[in-house]
Amino acid sequence: MNVETLFALCGCALVGIGLYGLIVQPHPLRKLVAFNIMGSGVFVLFGALAKRGAAAGMAADPVPQALLITAIVVAFAATAVTVALLLRLIESTATASLADEPPSGD
Amino acid sequence: MELWTSTHGGALLAAAVLLPFVGMLLGLLLGGRQVQRVAFVFMPLGLALALAITAAWLGEGQTLVYLLGGWAPPLGIALRADGPAVAMLLTVAGVVCGIGIYARADFGTPLGVKESRAAFSYWLLLMAVWGALNLVFVSGDLFTLYVALELLTFAGVPLVCLAGSGETLRAALRYMLFALCGSVLYLLGAVLLYGGYGTLDIPLLADAVQPEPIAWAALALMTAGLLAKTALFPLHIWLPPAHGGAPAAASAVLSALVIKGSWFLVVRLWFDVMPGVVTLPSAQLLGALGAMAIVIGSVVALRQERLKLLVAYSTMAQIGYLFLMFPLAFDATGNALMHGAALSGGLLQAVSHATAKAGMFMAAGLIYAALGHDRIADLAGVARALPVSVLAFVLAGIALMGVVPSGAYLAKKLLLDAADGSGQWWWTIVLQGGAVFTAGYVVLVLVSVLRRRSAALVLVKRVSRRSEFAALALAAASLLLALAALGPVPCHLVSNPLAPKELATTVLVLVGGALLALGLSRAPLLATGRSAAGASDGRLRQAALAVGMAFEQADRLARRWPVASISLLTLAALFGGLLLVSVPK
Repeated sequence: MNVETLFALCGCALVGIGLYGLIVQPHPLRKLVAFNIMGSGVFVLFGALAKRGAAAGMAADPVPQALLITAIVVAFAATAVTVALLLRLIESTATASLADEPPSGD
Repeated sequence: MELWTSTHGGALLAAAVLLPFVGMLLGLLLGGRQVQRVAFVFMPLGLALALAITAAWLGEGQTLVYLLGGWAPPLGIALRADGPAVAMLLTVAGVVCGIGIYARADFGTPLGVKESRAAFSYWLLLMAVWGALNLVFVSGDLFTLYVALELLTFAGVPLVCLAGSGETLRAALRYMLFALCGSVLYLLGAVLLYGGYGTLDIPLLADAVQPEPIAWAALALMTAGLLAKTALFPLHIWLPPAHGGAPAAASAVLSALVIKGSWFLVVRLWFDVMPGVVTLPSAQLLGALGAMAIVIGSVVALRQERLKLLVAYSTMAQIGYLFLMFPLAFDATGNALMHGAALSGGLLQAVSHATAKAGMFMAAGLIYAALGHDRIADLAGVARALPVSVLAFVLAGIALMGVVPSGAYLAKKLLLDAADGSGQWWWTIVLQGGAVFTAGYVVLVLVSVLRRRSAALVLVKRVSRRSEFAALALAAASLLLALAALGPVPCHLVSNPLAPKELATTVLVLVGGALLALGLSRAPLLATGRSAAGASDGRLRQAALAVGMAFEQADRLARRWPVASISLLTLAALFGGLLLVSVPK
């Protein structure tokens, strides 16, 4: 097994861990962390693909790096917006629960 | 076809993307009460630009292309506008202007009124949504589309919680987290495609892509991710609270425009990137999800107590409609999705939904503003107090039902033709039945507002005339869309609305809708006063109520976070599996 494959498998494992966290963790902050783990997995996978140089037949393909930087910025912005929302939620309701309706309904 | 050089008029595409963002930044810079003025300068400019693009597209007679910096793909980035993109650009520009006029009453800051944060954010976010949508429509490669989609989400989420209450913040947070989940899946698919084919440019990719595991995995992941962002059943976890809780001017943006962004991306992916990878079973699954959305969304809409939530659930049902075209566009001989009548029908459906739903949410918002509540049971007498708003609501409802000469009618006709042509009779039932469901909740609201009121109706606020007419204009635009489309669309599809066959269909739809409303509404529809129900209910009504309640439970279950996220993964797996299955001929 060469290094690229190892990295790619690592990326896949991170995506899996992130997905698991997104599904089972009830706290929004933990969900956000899980999203970031999942995103990192995709980034690692992309990096491994770049090393393979699939497109150009070069030693390493530079295009994915350019795309990765953008994707990381987007993920960072997403995290910032979500944290801001979460802080406002805690400020106004004193809880961080995502539960839909209070159980008193119906 | 020239896809790799800038065409005449291509620079307009870059301008269409830049203009709203320039407006947003300018507004941010000037701040305060200037934001609204900036928005009102940029809205007509954007509309003029959209018209100019349409003219250029008609003049060129082919896809408009603009290469950013003169670099050709695969290294550079191209902006392209084909027919569907031009149609959506124009629609969005029109609807944004309509919503802007409406929103002046809610978010305007005339002299003497204190500036508010919500108003400031609203105008900036409106511009941002517009710019992001334009980017979604004209992007020529899958990564730019990813960025555009994220911009759209970042602009859409804060619109949900403009009011700042705990409930809306929670809705916004759920929306954000679920949308992020979807966008990672989309990005993962895009990464796989790049790994497999070394490009993300749509025409280059379309040439290179083969039906093989990497394409199947990518398409399944990207589709599931985009469906989560579009809120197609069973991934509608965030839609009802977000669309029902936001201020009406924001709900109109979210419901009419924002969901169209990710939907358009599904269309791009299935029709333009991988038409040959798609199989009939996978297209049928997409259509089946649409059909389920129509049935469950409409039934739950009938069970709502609040008008805005009713409209939100109606959006959930209408999203289902937008996905019915996928199985119908499948060409069995070529084993691929084809551009044709079904795609035109689907796009027309999107355009008419964008206009009608914006009008409907605006009308609901006006009723809410005037009464200080929007409980459907207490709407008696509203038709007399707010005739224009009620007219806008009903016209929008009729437009959604697909009665001649609305855009939805023409869309339905195109889809029915496609269903006949491909022998998929079951979609005919869904298309006709869907209209009955839509009629159901329109009748429900109509009966409620027409009811006579014993005491005088107390209006807590005078609503702005201009807002009422903006809602009416959008609803009427949707209703008259078929007339406007007479040029490019074959005229034989539009028949005389008073011809016996059309009249019979219309009457059938309305009667069916009335029966549904009678059976499924929460409060007995025709009961006068507040006499105790229950006892006098017939057996049929009991059964209908049980069905309604069961659907409500199903909806509530589907909207639990673990259920929704597992549905998301299951759908990705299902799509992946069905892409393997090609039907033997």
